[in-house]
This record gives sequence, C-alpha cells and structure tokens, in this order.
Amino acid sequence: MTFSQLLSEFFTIVASLLLAPLLLGWVTQLRAWLQNRSGPGIFQPYRILHKLFNKDSVMADTASSLFRFTPYLIFGCMLLASAIVPTLSTDFPLAQAADAIALVGLFALARIFISLAAMDVGTAFGTLGARREMFVGFLAEPALLMVLFTSSLIAHSTSLKTIVTTQIDRPFAIYPSLVFAGFAFILIFLAENARIPVDNPSTHLELTMIHEALILEYSGRHLALLEWASSLKLFAYSSIGIALFLPWGISTQGSIMSLLYALPIFILKLLVFGVVLALIETFSAKMRIFRVPEFLTIAFLLAVIGMLTYILLGAKAS
Amino acid sequence: MLNSQSLDVVLWVISGWLLIGLLGILTLHRFTFIARVLFPLGGIGGLVLAVAAFRSLINGGTQNRLLPIGLPQLHFHLSLDALSAFFLLVLGVAVFGISIFSAGYFRNSTGTAPGLLCLEFHFFLASMALVLVAADAYVFMLAWESMALSSYFLVTANHRLPKIRAAGFLYLLIAHIGAIALLLSFGVLQANTGNYTFSNMRMQSLSPFWASVAFLLAVFGFSAKAGILPLHIWLPEAHPAAPSPVSALMSGVMLKMAIYGMLRVCFDLLRVHIWWWGVLLLVLGLATALFGVVFAAVQSDMKRLLAYSSIENVGLIFAALGLALLFSSYGMNLIAALALTACLFHVAAHAIFKSLLFLTTGSVLHATGERNLGRLGGLIRFMPWVAWLALIGILASSGLPPFSGFISEWLLLQSFLFTPGLPQPFLNMLIPVATASIALTAALAGYTMVKFCGVVFLGQPREEKLNQAHDANLFEKIGMAWLAIITITLGLAPNFIIRLIDPVTRVLVNQGLAAQSKSNGWWLLTPTSMARASYGPLYFLLGVVGAIALAFILVRVLYHARLRRSAAWGGGHPWANSRMQDTAEGYGQPIRQVFEPFFAMKRHLPKPEDIEPRYEVIVEDKFWNGVYMPVVRVTEFVSSIVGRLQRGRISIYLLYSFITLIFLLILVPSARK
Repeated sequence: MTFSQLLSEFFTIVASLLLAPLLLGWVTQLRAWLQNRSGPGIFQPYRILHKLFNKDSVMADTASSLFRFTPYLIFGCMLLASAIVPTLSTDFPLAQAADAIALVGLFALARIFISLAAMDVGTAFGTLGARREMFVGFLAEPALLMVLFTSSLIAHSTSLKTIVTTQIDRPFAIYPSLVFAGFAFILIFLAENARIPVDNPSTHLELTMIHEALILEYSGRHLALLEWASSLKLFAYSSIGIALFLPWGISTQGSIMSLLYALPIFILKLLVFGVVLALIETFSAKMRIFRVPEFLTIAFLLAVIGMLTYILLGAKAS
Repeated sequence: MLNSQSLDVVLWVISGWLLIGLLGILTLHRFTFIARVLFPLGGIGGLVLAVAAFRSLINGGTQNRLLPIGLPQLHFHLSLDALSAFFLLVLGVAVFGISIFSAGYFRNSTGTAPGLLCLEFHFFLASMALVLVAADAYVFMLAWESMALSSYFLVTANHRLPKIRAAGFLYLLIAHIGAIALLLSFGVLQANTGNYTFSNMRMQSLSPFWASVAFLLAVFGFSAKAGILPLHIWLPEAHPAAPSPVSALMSGVMLKMAIYGMLRVCFDLLRVHIWWWGVLLLVLGLATALFGVVFAAVQSDMKRLLAYSSIENVGLIFAALGLALLFSSYGMNLIAALALTACLFHVAAHAIFKSLLFLTTGSVLHATGERNLGRLGGLIRFMPWVAWLALIGILASSGLPPFSGFISEWLLLQSFLFTPGLPQPFLNMLIPVATASIALTAALAGYTMVKFCGVVFLGQPREEKLNQAHDANLFEKIGMAWLAIITITLGLAPNFIIRLIDPVTRVLVNQGLAAQSKSNGWWLLTPTSMARASYGPLYFLLGVVGAIALAFILVRVLYHARLRRSAAWGGGHPWANSRMQDTAEGYGQPIRQVFEPFFAMKRHLPKPEDIEPRYEVIVEDKFWNGVYMPVVRVTEFVSSIVGRLQRGRISIYLLYSFITLIFLLILVPSARK
C-alpha cells in the first residue's frame, strides 16, 4: 500500500462525498425542466443537508439505541460502497478488501439495518416500509448479483478491479450477455434507488411509499445522514453501472495526475447517466406495489439469461 | 493428559459425559447440583474435546484404537482423522456454549425430572462424539441409534403435551427409516467380505452399479437425519418441541452429523465418483434450501422459523457437497477442495450461529412464556443482552459481511463461478440457474431474519405482560456470549479456519487451500489468486467502522448533538398502539403471495356480514398430503390385511404353525436335490 494509493483512495472518497448530492440535484433539476417547471437548482441537496444538520433531532420515546445508531451505519456502508467501486481509478487499497459479492453484501447490510430501525419504533408506517423494502430487496439483491456475475464470467474474476481492467483492455465489442445484464441493471437501479416506476422519492403517499416510509421517524442530523447516504447509494449504483458497462476513461494507475484526467470524463458520464434517469422517470408512471415483484422478476430473469447467454455462446466458440 | 494422544482424550471426554449422565440419574431431583455443577462440567468436557480435536488437526495424522468392548469377535474400531477432528472441534465449541447456557436454563417443571434430563443430554453428547470417531459400521450404527434415541427422549422432555409426543414419534419414525437405509448402505459397501470396518470398505472396489446403490442408500439415510427434501417433515415439528438448548444441539450440531456421514461415505469410503451423484446432491440441496427459506419466511412461531431456516442451511451445505463431488468426479481436485471448504466452513458457521439463535429463543421463552411471534415485540428494551446477541446471530445467518455466514456463501459462489470448464455443456448451463437460486435463497434468508429480529425484539410489546420480561441470567449470558464471540471470530479470521479445514480437504480430495488463501497476508482471503477474487473482512470492518466514526465525529464537531424525545408520529390518529404494527403474518404475506404454489394454504377471510369477524391463515406443507399421507394409507391398508390373520384364538395360531411346518418340510427335500 503506497502513499499514492492512499492518496487516490482519499481523493475518490472525497469526490464521492461531494459529487453524490450534486448528482441527485442534477436529476431533480432535469426532471423539473422536463416537466416544464423551473426547479430548485442543482445545489438544493446541499442546502437541505445543511438545514437538516442544524436542526434538533426529534426521536420517538419508543426508539432504542439501534434506531439511533443506524443512520451512522447506513452512511458508513454507503460511503464504503462508493469507495470500493472503481470510479476514477482501479488502483486503490480497498479494492482487495471487497469484491463484487461483498459489495452486494454491503448493500444488503445497509438494507437490513434500515429495515430493523424502521421496525424499532413500532409504528404502522415504519413496519410497512420495512416489509416493502425487504420485499423489493429480496428480488433486487440476487438480480444485482447476477448482473455482476455476468461481468465476472467475462473477466474470470469477481474482483471489481479485474473486471474493469479486463473491460478497458479488450477491444470494443458488444457482448450479448452484457446487453441483457445492462437492461437488468437499469431495472434494478430504479428499484434499489427508490426511483419512479417502483417508488417516488418526492411523495409521502402511504399506499405506495417505500423509502420514505422507512425514514419517516428520523429527523435532524439523523435524517441528514440518511439523505446523504441515499444520494451516495445513487452515486455508487451509477458508478457500478459505469464500471461494468462504460469503463473507458477510468485510470488504471494510481497517480494524482491520471485521476485528475479521469475526473472530467467520469463527471461527463454521470451527467449523461442523470439525463437517462430523468428521462425514464419522466416518461414512466409509478406502478402499483403489487406489480413490483413482476418488474423485479423480469430484472432477475434478464440477468440469469445474460449469464446463460455467455455460457451458451462461450461453449459454442470453444 | 497433555502428552496423551488426542483420541484418548476424546475417549476420556466421552466416558466423562457418560459418567456425568449417571451422576445425574443418581441425584435425580437435586436440581441445583445438576444445573450448577453437572451441566457446566459437561461444558468443560466440550472445551477439552475442542482442544484435543484442534491439536489433532494441527499435528495431522490418523490415530486408531481397538477397544475390547462390545460383542465377542466384534470389538470397537475407533479412529480419529482430520475429518473426524474437524467435526469434533465444532461439536466441542458448540457444546461449551450450550451446556453453560443449560446450567441457567433448565428449571424444575412438570416434564422429565432434571436428573433424567441430564442423563439424556449427556448421552446425546457422548453418542455424537462416538459417531465421529467410529471406524466400523457396527460402532457407527450403535452410536447413531443411541444418538437418535437420546435425542428422542430429549424432544419429548415435556411429554405431557400430546402434540410434543406426536412430534417425537414422527422424529423417531423417520430416524429409523433412515437408519435402515444406512445399515443397507454399509452392507453394500463391505462387498460380501463380511468385514464391516471402514478400512476394509475403503479397499473394496465396487462396480459403478453397486457403488451407486450404496451412494443412494447413504443419501436417503443421511438426508433423513439432515432434513433434506422430502424427508424434512419431522424437523419443523421436533426442533421446536424440544427445550431450547436441545433444539440448539439438534439444529446446530446433530444435523452436522449427517453431513459428516455423507462426507465419510462419499469421499472416504467410496473411492470412485460418478458425475450424476454430484448433480443429484446439488439439485436436492438447492431445492431444500429454497423450500426451507420460503417456509421460514411465513412462520409465526419463532422456533419453527429457525427450524425451517436450519433446513435451508443444511440444503446449502448439501449443495456445496454435491458441487465438490461433481468436480471430484472429473478429477478437478483443486476446485473440489474449494467447494468442500465452503461446505465445511458453513458447517462450522451454521453450527455456531444457529445454536446461538436457538438459545436466544430459549431466553425469550423463559422471560415471556411466548413462542408465538404475534404476541412478542419490543424485547430489546427489557432484554438488551439477548437482543444484541441475537442480532449478531441474525446478521451471520443472513449471510452479511463481515460475519461468518457471508464467508461460506462467498466461498460457495466462488466455486460456482469456477464451474465453466466442466466437460459436459449441459452441466455448465445448470450453473447460472444454481447460482441464481443460491443468491435468491441468501436474500430470502435476510428477509426471514429481519422478520424474526424485528418482530421479536423491536417495535412495541404486543402484550401487556412483556413489560415484565427480564434479561437472561448469568449462565445464559455466558453461553450465548461465547457463541457470539466465536461467530464474530469465524467471520473476521477466515484464514485461521481455512487452516483447520485444509487437512480435511487434503484427506478427502488431496488438495488444500490454506497456503494459497493466506499467501497475500493472513487478513486477506484469496482462495485462488489475488486477481480472481479477494475478501478482507478486517479491512471491510475497518472501512465500515472508520466511516461510521468519521461521520459521528464530524457531525458532533461541525454541528451539535441536541436530541429531543417525543411520541412517535401516529399518522394523524389521536392514539397509536402496538396493534397497529405489522404482524408476523403480515410480514410473511408478500412471500406467501409470490411463492403461492409452494404452500398448501387454508384461509378464512371475514365477510362483511360476520358478527364475529375472524381472520385465519394456516400454511401447510404440501409434502404432508402429497407424499406422506399416501404412504400412511398404504401402510394402514397392508396392516389391515395382515391384521385379519390375527384372530386371538390359540387354535388358529397352532394351525398357522402346522401349515408353516408342512410348508418347510416340502421345501427341505427339494433343497436337498
């Protein structure tokens, strides 16, 4: 572990912390524009975070220490998730600590804690949110794993670093398996980040809400941490998408200069990603909660088909 | 004692346990002596056993003994090799925690007398240890049967309840059907030599047909013990019926005896492997795992939920075993070793965390008298020790990093990703499907465990009396804390455990992973190569803890720590009560809907005109009506025919004897020709 590696890790973490709310602000702003509204501006998430951090935290009488501890844990998990996905460079010390499976495990850890915390207060909405979150999770999580495995099969590795390096090094070609995996990934992305056809981040409608129901009892700094964590999650998922499907431009060395080159390319990709997300959210309608399993089953099956395609075509070639 | 060989120590411990059992029967009703002296002594025996097994694993080699007891000409052959030692280690470590817990758990009750319970408990322990060191079919079956019998008596400890007697009977029945299959399997394995020692069975080279027969009989026999589909039916009945420490022993340790038997027969006694054996085990294991977890998700009794979760975990272990067998049949020994490592790691991990979880249900049961999830809740405020220790077990059981369950899942998925490269294309096609079902099972396990933890420990108490619940007593706390510490250690220092698994896989498939796995540092798990996959649980933990600490400090420094308490928001209602929370049934409802074909459901929905509206859902196992009831009906039909022969009059029976004699006389001359 060299000094430059540590520096690049630090740089990545700071970049994700700062860029994550910005990405959220960008998507919200784009949605506003697409709907002919003027929008709050892309820096709105920062203002909200600042406001929330300054407010008092109000906590239910029935909340236990688990409830109080969870926002920090979720924030920590999401920060670590953005730190282990190769965003700017593939050469960083945390790459060896966790591979694709551990990354999915990290998301699962956060999901389980947020659900437990939501059940802790013992209100109707909290438990309802917890149930729905776990319900979405139990289909989305294996689907994400399958998407990652499709790339793993191509790279013969579950290490995210090797997956990205293999993708960058090979000549450009469209893998049919990656096409399936890509479609599956978009569906999982929408479900996991509580975006529109599955959940709507901007309403509190008890019939449909998932994410908002989970964090309903939080306020002040705890809510701020959770909001920041969910923007980090959006950021981490976007980074996974970029690393798996559009890795070109990610630096394979750890030097600061190469990181500075990689940063604008990465931001550009994020901007485009934001546009795609805003378009999807604008052109689709929120579906009934009972339809969500179908939606996620499609994602799951697409990902499995992706893996099968790789093996089928691979077997034919050899 | 220190210089004696490990096998001798094991035998001393076994005799010690038997002695403790006998002491228990002598002091039948002296409850304090039995609970405070005998049970902790048994626990220390477990620790000694673990140390001996550990030494044997580190030193390597096989130790053999011939004990001149048993039938004339048929002495006890005993042996301790790496495979036995690994399982003995798991047994010892788990028993220490469970026995210490039992010291605080058992109370004077209407059921079996404490001394008798002590006898059964320690006979159960001794017979499990004897199963592991048996080196001939005779000792093995003897130990196997006494294990079944002693656990039967433990299951029916509360024998005044008819339901518990029924559960015990079902358990005994299936255990014996399995035992018959095992006996036959050993009969095939000795290949007409008349010599039932394992060393003789190893030397026989069976034809593929007879080897397959022996294998199938062994699969049947051991799955009856392990609770593999469709022989799982006794498990969710018997495990909840037993007192909690016994449930912990049965789920955590006894199920692993079946895995030990499978490994012994498949990899040690049968030297040739046929590829479809592996596929059979893989498919059986995966089906069982998915079935178990789906049923666990809809249970509303906390011990039944855990019992189904055990079915799931044993299914995963079976799948790993099948994968190892498949690789081994194609001579891919290194990957077989990887799959076996996953299998053995999960054996250790599950033994510990499932024991821990069953023990926590025991404490909850004592504190509240409730097993029904619908009447629990909010216990984290009254029993913080139990709740936080249970949380550790729950995280491990959900397969989350950096806990122990994740590592076995990780290793298993790694061995699956290696699979492309098998000579049969259609087997390669099986892999994505199998991987998908493992991923689905793991995610559902998380769902189930959130339900368990959330409904029992979190939220508001669903009953008034829960407010008086008290935390576990000292013995219980020590027992559970021990298991929790081991669970955390397993998760954080996987290379240390892989070092212990290494000699086992070397015995079974001539390959080990230890050297490779720690080649990049002891803190980093790299089973094949650094570029291929690595996982560093300590790094991972450090990353999470570091990020949490950073967030905490920054928030405190830059902002403030003001906190106000107030009532929870009730959604605009003037009052909010505990009945407004999701129930266990509600929590399982989405799973019931998605996996509807799995269940046989009886539902009673209230109608508008009902004066006393009643909502009721009973979820049943389709196997009961689909497989077992037909068998029961056939059995009853056959026995009703046989029953006609019995008239109860002596003259009729004399006639039978006479006819038999005539018949035999006819046979004798024809045989002489």
